[in-house]
Amino acid sequence: MNFGGPFFRFWAVLRKEFIQMRRDRLTFAMMIGVPILQLVIFGYAINANPKTLPTAVVAGESTTFTRTILAAMENTGYFDITGAVSAAEADAMVARGDVLFVVTIPTGFSRQLLRGERPLLLVEADATDPAATSNALSALNLVVQTALARDLSGPLANLNAGPPPFELRIHRRYNEEGITQYNIVPGLIGVVLTMTMVIMTSLAMTRERERGTMENLLAMPVRPSEVMFGKIIPYVFVGYVQVLIIILIARYLFAVPMIGSLWLLSGVLVVFIAANLAMGFTFSTVAENQLQAIQMSIFFFLPSILLSGFMFPFRGMPQWAQWIGEVLPLTHFLRIVRGIMLKGNEARDIWPEVWPLLAFLVVVMSVAMLRYRRTLD
Amino acid sequence: MNRAFAIEVHGLNKSFDGKPAVRDVSIAVESGTICGFLGPNGSGKTTTIRMLCGLVTPDSGHGTCLGYDIQRESDQIKRRVGYMTQAFGLYTDLSIRQNLDFVARLYQVRRRDEVVDRVLERLGLAGRQHQLAGSLSGGWKQRLALAACLLPEPNLLLLDEPTAGVDPKARREFWDQIHLLAAEGLTVLVSTHYMDEAERCHSIAYIAYGRLLARGDADAIIRASDLATWHVVATHPTRLALELEARSGVDMAVAFGNTLHVSGRDPARLEAAIAPYRDDPSLAWTAATPGLEDAFIALMDGVPDSRR
Ligand SMILES: Nc1ncnc2c1ncn2[C@@H]1O[C@H](COP(=O)(O)OP(=O)(O)O)[C@@H](O)[C@H]1O
Ligand SMILES: [Mg+2]
Repeated sequence: MNFGGPFFRFWAVLRKEFIQMRRDRLTFAMMIGVPILQLVIFGYAINANPKTLPTAVVAGESTTFTRTILAAMENTGYFDITGAVSAAEADAMVARGDVLFVVTIPTGFSRQLLRGERPLLLVEADATDPAATSNALSALNLVVQTALARDLSGPLANLNAGPPPFELRIHRRYNEEGITQYNIVPGLIGVVLTMTMVIMTSLAMTRERERGTMENLLAMPVRPSEVMFGKIIPYVFVGYVQVLIIILIARYLFAVPMIGSLWLLSGVLVVFIAANLAMGFTFSTVAENQLQAIQMSIFFFLPSILLSGFMFPFRGMPQWAQWIGEVLPLTHFLRIVRGIMLKGNEARDIWPEVWPLLAFLVVVMSVAMLRYRRTLD
Repeated sequence: MNRAFAIEVHGLNKSFDGKPAVRDVSIAVESGTICGFLGPNGSGKTTTIRMLCGLVTPDSGHGTCLGYDIQRESDQIKRRVGYMTQAFGLYTDLSIRQNLDFVARLYQVRRRDEVVDRVLERLGLAGRQHQLAGSLSGGWKQRLALAACLLPEPNLLLLDEPTAGVDPKARREFWDQIHLLAAEGLTVLVSTHYMDEAERCHSIAYIAYGRLLARGDADAIIRASDLATWHVVATHPTRLALELEARSGVDMAVAFGNTLHVSGRDPARLEAAIAPYRDDPSLAWTAATPGLEDAFIALMDGVPDSRR
């Protein structure tokens, strides 16, 4: 009978949805903002072929030949040679992640070369993230083939005829077989914690507000900091349970090594978990409802996962993206967790990554306290 | 500090986004009495109550609650006041006992279990103490909310429409409870829309459009409204009401079954207006005293809503 009925009723619902969408400005902004954010990050920030990677040199000698070889390495674009250091210093630099490569030129390299003894050039690579170093290592082969072609001319031309004049030995440290899981699985601890911890606490205050219990809570004699700590700390335990599960799986399913101290990792975890919980709590003091809180969490999660070095090599990103990355807790935690599990880092190695976490925690908690309103106006 | 008044505030003002919600409201409630706070929806009752317990900061005005300054000493006030919010404000996914235990801990109530037991007993909640608050009906929720207010043994109760949506028997019991509490020395400020509840209060404050229009006991309010009222029994009261309201001198004509309450502010003009109908044999006229509700409606009609 009423032919247009279904259409009109559908139209009524559709109109209502549009009106409601327009009311919730923040949700709307997020729907526009998230694709823009993703486009910028994927389009500009991510580079799966990182270049100019920091490289230390342990030079047993410095001759025309060695200088030519190092220059040839830099010319590939992959290596950025920071200068000559001692072997011990170089070790510490790799452990801290300050450099990704150490080139060792043994003493007597040039003499052996001239005698045609094919001396050894040792290149150690930090292979915790195989993706970050593999292209650079491939480029080295060409260096070996061609670097000395010009220097070995005239009377030395015979050295150029046969096999390459020196031998390259690549040593992939911390992850000899270049197993991707070694890098991903410890990183997942950080990713999972970032996702769950931020979302959990971002709902903390908005849930009170949406359920109508906020007014009652405000009317009672309880201080903002008491509410914040009371709401955050239960999730620290949840976080530890998650970590335990991931570490067990990492150990028994993926055989990821645990070289460093589990206690050290557990200690740093408190700071990292707290930083994320505080972030979520801050969102929940800003968001008007639970939907907004979750959207803010996603807005935080996206750059965390993309710009922290979890998905793509950190050194491959342009400077501005690295600066953003340095602010995010996940970036520092990834370095810490990989450092402890794969490199056996100790407290003093990871301290440069711990204090940024602490700073983040303090700043975000202060913001939360400032934002927490004790009145309803 | 004036010990005789539990609440004493002067000239409270509050605007939200430039729209005044409360204008120049002064209230004084004697200790140990029940003050009814009446007014139409959106008139500023909740906002006023929130200002009293420090949840909303007044734009201007000053005063004390239990002798503590409402702006500077809201922490002290919070500790000594039981505030029952208009919407149920406890946790629906906690049991009655868990809710009360939580509240008792926040107030650092001493000998918590005993106090919770006593309050449960007092409000007849003991048998249901392990039921989830979310599964309770309106009347029981309201009892639980009152129980939570009473836990810290407050000196003042601020109840915001506590009986909205509650059945008459539960309302009656609730008010019996309030009178008991007042007899024990508690001061109560309670907002309501029910006239029978207003009549059970020692004093009434009537607010409309953010302004306090009348203060005093029920008789004083009726006197303040300056209303004369006639009752008339008619066969077609609705039609008669429309006719009468059209006449000048009649401010309102409201049907209660077959009886029409006809009121006007000027007794002489009212009488003149109804004179033509007095002789109608089908109508039985009697002079009456106006009720509280008539008084309120008349008061409200007297002020233009300048917010519109
Ligand atoms: N937090 C707030 N933000 C904006 N407007 C508010 C807020 N609280 C109350 N109002 C407005 O103030 C007026 C008075 O509201 P309220 O005090 O709740 O009245 P009542 O409790 O008498 O129904 C209303 O117009 C209401 O919309
Ligand atoms: Mg209200």
